[in-house]
Amino acid sequence: MDKLLAKEIYYEMFLGRAFEYAAKEYYMQGNISGFLHLDIGQEALSVASMKAFAKGDVFSTYREHVMAIARGIEPKYVMAELFAKADGVSGGKGGSMHLFDPSHFFYGGDAIVGGHIPNAVGCAYARAYQGSEEGVMVVFGDGATNGGAFFESLNIAATQKLPLLFLCENNEYAIGTHITRTAPFREQAKKAEPFMLTMSCDGMDAQAVYKSVSKAKDLIEKGHGPVFLEAFTCRFEGHSMSDANAYRSSLEMKHCKNKDPLPHFKKRLQEKWLCSEEEITALEQKAQSVIEEAVEFAKNANEPEDKALYEHIFVEA
Amino acid sequence: MLYREALNKAYDETMAKDENIVTLGEDVGRYGGSYRVTEGLYEKYGEKRVIDTPIAELSIVGNAVGMAIGGLRPVAEIMTANFALLAFDQIINHMSKLRYMSNGKLTLPMVVRFPQGVSRQLAAQHSESYEQMLCAVPGLKVLAASDVNYAYHALKHAIMSDDPFIFIEHELLYNKKGEVDTSSVIDPFKAQIRKEGEDITIISYLKMVDDVMLAVERIEKELDCTCEVIDLCSLNPIDYETLQTSIEKSSRVVMVEEDHKTGGFGAQVVAWIAEELFYALDAPPFRIAGADVPIPYNRHLELLSIPTPDSIAAQIIEWGRKNDV
Ligand SMILES: Cc1ncc(C[n+]2csc(CCOP(=O)(O)OP(=O)(O)O)c2C)c(N)n1
Ligand SMILES: [Mg+2]
Repeated sequence: MDKLLAKEIYYEMFLGRAFEYAAKEYYMQGNISGFLHLDIGQEALSVASMKAFAKGDVFSTYREHVMAIARGIEPKYVMAELFAKADGVSGGKGGSMHLFDPSHFFYGGDAIVGGHIPNAVGCAYARAYQGSEEGVMVVFGDGATNGGAFFESLNIAATQKLPLLFLCENNEYAIGTHITRTAPFREQAKKAEPFMLTMSCDGMDAQAVYKSVSKAKDLIEKGHGPVFLEAFTCRFEGHSMSDANAYRSSLEMKHCKNKDPLPHFKKRLQEKWLCSEEEITALEQKAQSVIEEAVEFAKNANEPEDKALYEHIFVEA
Repeated sequence: MLYREALNKAYDETMAKDENIVTLGEDVGRYGGSYRVTEGLYEKYGEKRVIDTPIAELSIVGNAVGMAIGGLRPVAEIMTANFALLAFDQIINHMSKLRYMSNGKLTLPMVVRFPQGVSRQLAAQHSESYEQMLCAVPGLKVLAASDVNYAYHALKHAIMSDDPFIFIEHELLYNKKGEVDTSSVIDPFKAQIRKEGEDITIISYLKMVDDVMLAVERIEKELDCTCEVIDLCSLNPIDYETLQTSIEKSSRVVMVEEDHKTGGFGAQVVAWIAEELFYALDAPPFRIAGADVPIPYNRHLELLSIPTPDSIAAQIIEWGRKNDV
């Protein structure tokens, strides 16, 4: 990773966090509604994985704002979607959980836990069929690895040697239930071991994530077959805005926040890449102003017209 | 008492009496349930009877079927109707058919409960209703609880019955207030007349009953008539007798449901009325239902996609004027 990329990753993590705090604020003010799942704490994973997988298709979950932005979708279009506006990435019809933009090879935004994993398998099949040089990455939580869709996908992807990277964001919780209460072990990569190469990394360390995803991407695209990468991470907020996070002790939260990826990566920027305080402040200020503009854009964006209700159900009327 | 507390009371009272009753689902135990229906049960009855499951709906219902075969009385909670789709194989191929296929040798005393419907901007994968599919499957008893007292009595009945039940709740009803009357038991299969009237029979169920009740005053004023509001309560079997008595009196009928209109549950009710009560009618039966679209996130579009008290009133008034009410 060179300095330019390191700065870009720091900028996008900071941007992502500022976005999430703005989303939280405008949720509380009533501009945003529905289920809102914040990614605060997990930005290293979201940003560095997207940077390392810059080309290729990505399928993700409902906790996807930061990934969508790191993928290249402008924050203002994501914010406008959260504000349910016609100018949002999904025209105001999808909302926070359903961000899609094929022009950035980003396919959601799926809110049925594990439901998108078989879709990613199918897309990997299509890429292999087309002889594409790019593979597919599917991102899902620890909780999703307990479902049938996940296990079926491991089997099919491995049997067909598909160019698919399974990226598991292990934040140890599915809503309020700890993973060790619903699975026999903490490391979910064990489930994939009989099928494919498995790797793990510290999901709170952007550099480690970048390195692991790059390596896995290289493998799947060189015909090695699917790879399972598990990144250990931690969300700082409740599962969604409707969850009070009462099941985690303050000690556990403190431990979790000690691993905050932003200050850690900032320190590395200064020590390893010799970024000055001014350089870093400039990035942070730029990110803040991009988010302020995104909020302004979202506030002033157009409401969908009534006829949008019946649009885009089919291609042909 | 709140609707969710009434459901909790039904759980608590039945679990206290019969230790074969167990409950399972995502976050139902230590977390207390995502809509707090199972709150306190884990502490009281322990982890062997209040089971936190993985996110694996097919197994939640599949295991419940096996538990019932094994002699327990499982109550499975699915967090939201849309996730129950992952369990439809178990519900339809197993839960509904094992008794029949075994010529009555197997008994499945079990309940699958879930909330459904449009809440507030939860978008297409968290807002749908599936009673129409479930009622099309012989072998399931399907109840839809619209009020606090019914929720309590009907859930108790379902838990203690030896038959397989689908118990449908609505996300917007959990905090609805009401009284639970424990002095008498109610028949969960009987439709309830929420309001008496002479000129129009309005049939509904689940949360739409409340919306109809909010619309009624305006309808009665504008059409200078009185409406009888019937809450079906049981969707399978349907209490046709109560419908017949009311329709023979009013000779006009409106069916209101939240779900998509095409193939919606109300189509069955109206088809029965057309077949059986055609000559009792003075006007064509009228259906009010949701639009045939996935539910959008935007609030304005979301409200356009389902009946609301205003749209129910406006549509019935227009229909009433056309049909000389
Ligand atoms: C099939 C299905 N079941 C249940 C849910 C409700 N639900 C939404 S997110 C979630 C927890 C998912 O946990 P995990 O996969 O670890 O992802 P995280 O939220 O931690 O990122 C649950 C149970 C759902 N959306 N889909
Ligand atoms: Mg998780």
